[in-house]
Amino acid sequence: MSALLRGRLTGLGPRLRQRNFIVYAVLLAGALLWPSIADFITNGNATPLISQGADAGVYVLLAIGLNVVVGFAGLLDLGYAAFFAIGAYTAGILGSGQLGASPLHHEVHLPFWILLFLAMFFAASFGAILGAPTLRLRGDYLAIVTLGFGEIVPRIFRNMGFGSPLGNWTSGINGINALDRPSLPYWITGPWVNEPLKIVSNFNFGFDPMPFYVLMVILVIACVILVNNLQGSRMGRAWMAVREDEVAAAAMGVNTVTTKLLAFGIGAAFSGFAGAYYGTKLSLVGPDAFSFVVSVTVLVMVVLGGMGNIPGVIVGAILIYYVLFSFLGNLPDYLSSLATQVGLGWLNEPNYAHNWPGLANEVSLLPFLIFGLILVAIMLLRPQGLLPSRTRAEELRKGVSQEAVSDARST
Amino acid sequence: MTGSVGNWMLAALAILIIGVALGPRVVSAGPTFFLQILTYGFADGAVYALVAIGYTMVYGIIELINFAHGDVFTLGAAVSIPIMGALGLAEGKALGFLAVLALLGTFVITMALVGVLNIAIERIAYRPLRNAPRLAPLITAVGVSFILEGIMALWIGNSTVHYPDLLPSTRISLGGGATLGFKDVFVVVVAVILVSALTLFIGRTKLGTAMRATAQDKEAAQLMGIDINRTIAATFFIGAALAGAGGIIFGLYYNTINFQLGFSAGLFAFTAAVFGGIGNIQGAALGGLIIGLVRAFSDGYLRSEWTDVWIFAMLILVLVFRPTGLLGMRVPEK
Repeated sequence: MSALLRGRLTGLGPRLRQRNFIVYAVLLAGALLWPSIADFITNGNATPLISQGADAGVYVLLAIGLNVVVGFAGLLDLGYAAFFAIGAYTAGILGSGQLGASPLHHEVHLPFWILLFLAMFFAASFGAILGAPTLRLRGDYLAIVTLGFGEIVPRIFRNMGFGSPLGNWTSGINGINALDRPSLPYWITGPWVNEPLKIVSNFNFGFDPMPFYVLMVILVIACVILVNNLQGSRMGRAWMAVREDEVAAAAMGVNTVTTKLLAFGIGAAFSGFAGAYYGTKLSLVGPDAFSFVVSVTVLVMVVLGGMGNIPGVIVGAILIYYVLFSFLGNLPDYLSSLATQVGLGWLNEPNYAHNWPGLANEVSLLPFLIFGLILVAIMLLRPQGLLPSRTRAEELRKGVSQEAVSDARST
Repeated sequence: MTGSVGNWMLAALAILIIGVALGPRVVSAGPTFFLQILTYGFADGAVYALVAIGYTMVYGIIELINFAHGDVFTLGAAVSIPIMGALGLAEGKALGFLAVLALLGTFVITMALVGVLNIAIERIAYRPLRNAPRLAPLITAVGVSFILEGIMALWIGNSTVHYPDLLPSTRISLGGGATLGFKDVFVVVVAVILVSALTLFIGRTKLGTAMRATAQDKEAAQLMGIDINRTIAATFFIGAALAGAGGIIFGLYYNTINFQLGFSAGLFAFTAAVFGGIGNIQGAALGGLIIGLVRAFSDGYLRSEWTDVWIFAMLILVLVFRPTGLLGMRVPEK
């Protein structure tokens, strides 16, 4: 799909807007048709694929949010998973029986819809608290501060379990489970669920991924519209000015600290939002789901898709998600059955004397290498990403390379 | 800096709080325990110091946080295992003259290998992006870190690997039940030798002078006839060589390694480099020592599961309140 889009991209210039429109149209059609397609290719057993689609949506939200920070404002956030964790834990602590076990001894069950926004608010607040003193630092120091923050947050959640000096707030390493299921006060049933059209009260999401998928599509559409508007707004232009040249932006009257802080906070808000959804859908929030690898995964999505270009990062997120979880996730099993078929079955047996953990285990370690190669290769060969932003493409069309631009700036 | 008085007051306040929090525990646990913790801290700190120097040198010269440096450290440990085997070193043998020579050979070969590897990394992943926006080389550095981890994951597996226990486990008594192990002394002595050699090299040799000049002003250095590319390559070589040596002494001290060791060790070492003042070699060594001691004290007197949290919190606080570090002379851009 992306190859086809890249073919169109070479038209350049005014067609770029058109290209983005086509990408959006393809993505929207894909999202709407996905349940039917999944149903068709799995012969009616589409639940896992739809669930996967909803999880891919979580990464799309994360990528859109990180794109605001990295792509628009040019700030490298290496601890993005921390805000994801804060969002998920907000939903977990305030939307389950967890607080019953804490020193409070009172369970809090806020509705999911409020938790979504509460998680967003908490994540954005932490983003602002972290960003306010650190955003005046130079870019790479900021990267390290966010990295440190990203390492601290999951550790705190892990340590605040049973036996911590302050009591059990997060169930520690086991994580919070049995999060409340979202419900709607009213719901319309109709032919699409094989029932006559009527309004039913108190629709419960349960564990069926379909309502979660629908909700995710709505959330993603809302977020894309929101971010598109932000990009064109005064603030969005200020972000890009700060990214391109901070000193010049400040001289033109842009308040660089507020601008950067807003980018950072809005990025964090998206992450928290996605976190609350993710925790609720999975009904489990544990400290191991928010490691550095998650931050890097989202960064890879943004960089690969095309920093600063919203349809680009969405395509990047979906691409990486499926490569990572569908392709690489199934590759070990697939390869070991292939090895058995072609008579190399001995490869599947671990041989500890020769330090061989078995084919499936060995292959399951591949993502590290693949991620690293994608990051390095993209930055060296196609720094603008698969679907670059308009500015970057314009620069390239005029034959002004990135190096020439920064050379001209530094002299 | 206008806030420097405030900074020192904050530092004093921090020390006071730590003193009040730790004091009673330290007293009640007794001097023997204290001494033991101190030896662990020094040994740990020596390793971090060696890794931190690589961070600080590379940052000093091209202003890049070489993310992959921690993994070069792990790679040093991983590569040295087969080298030891090839040189005939094995567990259980007495450390005779030949064995010492072989150990020395292991150090030299490992340091040279990871040094050359780091030059290659710089050539492939960082040099083409030297004039690109700052974000670009930082992202490739994260990428290289993942590549190295991926290679090691495929090579040594994703579980903890045993590292040959070559050093004698002799311990001498320090009185009152506290003991000092041969390993503790070995680690610190090796680190001190390497740091002193490096200091002499930077201060006395032509290449060292070139490095200092390049770090100060690249264009001016170039005008003086210094080959910038070669100087930067040399910096990467030396940084990696020290990290490789750090990997070996880490392995000899703890006797286990795993492929993701470099991630946290690298972060701690980077914290050390920032703490000492980034770009400053003595500062990095001092910072490494402090990080080692903080870790040992937190593990010993507080809960060990919170140690990483304190270290990373320290990293953030230092960057926020004193980005120039303890001995830092280099003033950050903004």
